[in-house]
Amino acid sequence: MSDTNFDVIIIGSGPGGYVTAIRSSQLGFKTAIIEKDSLGGVCLNWGCIPTKALLRSAEVYSNMKHAEDYGLSASPEFNLKSIVQRSRNIANQLSAGIKHLMKKNNVTVINGFASLQPAKEAPEVRVGEKIYKAKHVILATGARARTIPQAGLEPDGKYIWSAKEAMIPDTMPNKLLVIGSGAIGMEFASFYNAFGSKVTVVEMEDRILPAEDEEISALAKKAFSKRGIKIITNSKATLKVVENGVKAVLENISESNTKTYDRVILAIGIVGNTENIGLENLGVKIDRTHIVVNEYSQTCVDGLYAIGDVTTPPWLAHKASHEGIICIEKIAGRNPEPLNPISIPGCTYCHPQIASVGHTEKQAIKAGYRVKVGKFPFVGNGKAIALGEPEGLIKTIFNEETGELLGAHMIGTEVTELIQGYTIAQKLETTEHELMETVFPHPTLSEMMHEAVLNAYNRTIHF
Amino acid sequence: MPIEILMPALSPTMEEGTLSKWLVKEGDQVNSGDLLAEIETDKATMEIEAVEEGTIVKLLFPEGSTNVKVNRPIAILLEDGEDISSLNNYKDSTNQAPNSKSVEKTMEATINEIDTQKEKASGKLEKIKSSPLARRLAKNLNVDLSQISGSGPNGRVIKIDIEAYIKDLESNIIPSQTNQQVFSDNSASKEIGALRYGGAEHLTKLGIEPGSYDLVPLNNIQKVISKRLLDSSQNVPSFPLTIDCEIDELLRLRKELNQQAGEFVKISVNDMLIRASALSLKHCPEANASYTPDGIAIHKHADIAVAVSIESGLITPIIRQADNKGLSQISTEMKDLASRARERKLKPTEYQGGTFSISNLGMMGIKEFGSIINEPHGMILSVGEGNQRPIVREGALDLATIMTVTLTCDHRVIDGALGAKWLQHFKRYIEKPITMML
Repeated sequence: MSDTNFDVIIIGSGPGGYVTAIRSSQLGFKTAIIEKDSLGGVCLNWGCIPTKALLRSAEVYSNMKHAEDYGLSASPEFNLKSIVQRSRNIANQLSAGIKHLMKKNNVTVINGFASLQPAKEAPEVRVGEKIYKAKHVILATGARARTIPQAGLEPDGKYIWSAKEAMIPDTMPNKLLVIGSGAIGMEFASFYNAFGSKVTVVEMEDRILPAEDEEISALAKKAFSKRGIKIITNSKATLKVVENGVKAVLENISESNTKTYDRVILAIGIVGNTENIGLENLGVKIDRTHIVVNEYSQTCVDGLYAIGDVTTPPWLAHKASHEGIICIEKIAGRNPEPLNPISIPGCTYCHPQIASVGHTEKQAIKAGYRVKVGKFPFVGNGKAIALGEPEGLIKTIFNEETGELLGAHMIGTEVTELIQGYTIAQKLETTEHELMETVFPHPTLSEMMHEAVLNAYNRTIHF
Repeated sequence: MPIEILMPALSPTMEEGTLSKWLVKEGDQVNSGDLLAEIETDKATMEIEAVEEGTIVKLLFPEGSTNVKVNRPIAILLEDGEDISSLNNYKDSTNQAPNSKSVEKTMEATINEIDTQKEKASGKLEKIKSSPLARRLAKNLNVDLSQISGSGPNGRVIKIDIEAYIKDLESNIIPSQTNQQVFSDNSASKEIGALRYGGAEHLTKLGIEPGSYDLVPLNNIQKVISKRLLDSSQNVPSFPLTIDCEIDELLRLRKELNQQAGEFVKISVNDMLIRASALSLKHCPEANASYTPDGIAIHKHADIAVAVSIESGLITPIIRQADNKGLSQISTEMKDLASRARERKLKPTEYQGGTFSISNLGMMGIKEFGSIINEPHGMILSVGEGNQRPIVREGALDLATIMTVTLTCDHRVIDGALGAKWLQHFKRYIEKPITMML
């Protein structure tokens, strides 16, 4: 098997790369995928999946602690090592699954670090001593945690963790500082809080989950504060490792506080993996560590494409996968519809969960829409009460003139599983009318989605 | 119910294609996935598949039919067990004229038949695939969905298609007649500020009781016209130049031409105005210009846009390169454009662009008027009625047929001297019309 000529070579096997490889093969291309580490990339090995495993442990543990609320009794204890082991097992199981998928779809898997060099039709790909050629090369090299060494914001291997270290903790820290309150930060805050860490979250913006609707952010803050998570906004942190911990200076406009924490988790964003792969020799345009591409993921270099986290935001696994499909279908001469960034849902799996798609209320108004906003609280929903999860809200934002669903925002239990309903509605361009006419099953949490639409038009039934 | 098989959009930009080959014949039983026909576009040939099963009872286009519009029914499928007699009516009409020339007409008839039957059957007609939001937008904006080619799956009309259509309209429907009313309204706007955009409420604030008037919602064309009118009158520093032209000789020449040309050509005064304008632009190429912030665009051809009044609005079909066209050609083209404009059947390419506009209210007895510049045109000519007026010629009173025209110029491009020079050429062509025959 010394074949080095392919139609398509994909570099990186995360959810962008491996999905694109499968579709590429389905479209009849001779396809290879190059991975320097484990198949599945960060998402599957060090991101989405293992953290969901950890958060599930946290959820079961919290439920056990509240067993009495359900007429049960339990004396919950946890074994951190086993929790982490379960998470790793799941990651490994899924990575093995990708290997199987590659084989099933005749995708050649090449292990190693790829770099590119200029060539006629498309760049050549070098892995070690070997040169591989393809008509089309797709970069799906992903991203990694951002660090700011000048402020001490970089992992030190023991006290300061990036997401990766935070996923395999050797100890449950007593006092934990999480820097950054995006999805990654809040999920870790939620996990460690559930197991008893005293968690402080520091955020530069004026609210946590700054990408979400303001109202949802405020509800999230309330929910987390209730659980004992301390939230400090409008503040910057600088770190210094001291004996047995980290000294953190938390600064806002008027004051500065110094506190010591056992561990610190950095969740201050990501940077694209664009180094050492020869991009500079090819003249690929890079904007602040992310590759500049057009709507079909073409770079400015012939035969070279880039998808997923190494390109433009949102930096989400499902965006990478979808972008990859569009990219390869375009290469195959199909007419895929370019991705509309506003139609990409976002989910945060902390407790309570947060999910959203489309414009926030503020964004919609800023974009010049006259809006109709509908809201429905979990406390008005029978199923939520029965589940013992009466905390949360579903919010819809419609264009008053046309009935277009501009956005939907949710906080509460299992909302990450609900958001797809609104995403489909948006994709099919339904108006409030069709949503109102849709029959939602009773008793489910999804009834709140119906009510949140009805509410926008003053027709709420249950609240 | 009969199922229509539609002309598919093979690409987002495809509007029509050639039905190059039928792979089934009438009476054939088809299953989902069977190949039905080969469709050819300028880019590719593709096969279309049956989505549903049944019997092909009717092929609506013969092989080789070109320019078949996307989403037009091309064949009729009956589901198993359906009664073929329900299609008797349209069968008659298609049988009569299978030849390609009359296909279009037959098609219309057939579709009408089927539509009627559908309406009878379901009480509702829904043959255009569209998203709910697209339908809502179309309704709000008074847009006919059948005018829009869908870019969604299977030609489904979606939001962006409506938006693109509106954008297209917006760039091509023009304001034309100015009148005192608009100006006085404009000055009023300064006093009441943004109020006038706050809906009908401002009428109340101005002392007009709600209920004392009927409020007719703006249709899309009206919205576009008001926007473009306002933009042009606010942004273009324009000025008018007025001149009288004697047209007795022009009328005489026109009569003579029409007598000699027989029944095929009937040249109108307007056709001669188009030709005279085009030739004058050729004499003053620097007046055939558009302002852009990057520089003044001097156009290489005189593309004359002519305002045609249509129901609740205006559209300006264009005689391209009118400087290179003779009167009979201009006349034939103009008749065709104007009649299709009234039926709203112009293609965007037939009313987009242009370098100069003419608006003629002479036939309505208007003596003289000024128009608002139709950006990006540098000038617009407003033509008044030609009628007999007393004139002084060599110290004595005389009678002549006079037509007063007003040239409104964008001062960023055309100054007074240049505008006057253009008018002198124009006047010469009009008063010595034989020169425009050269």
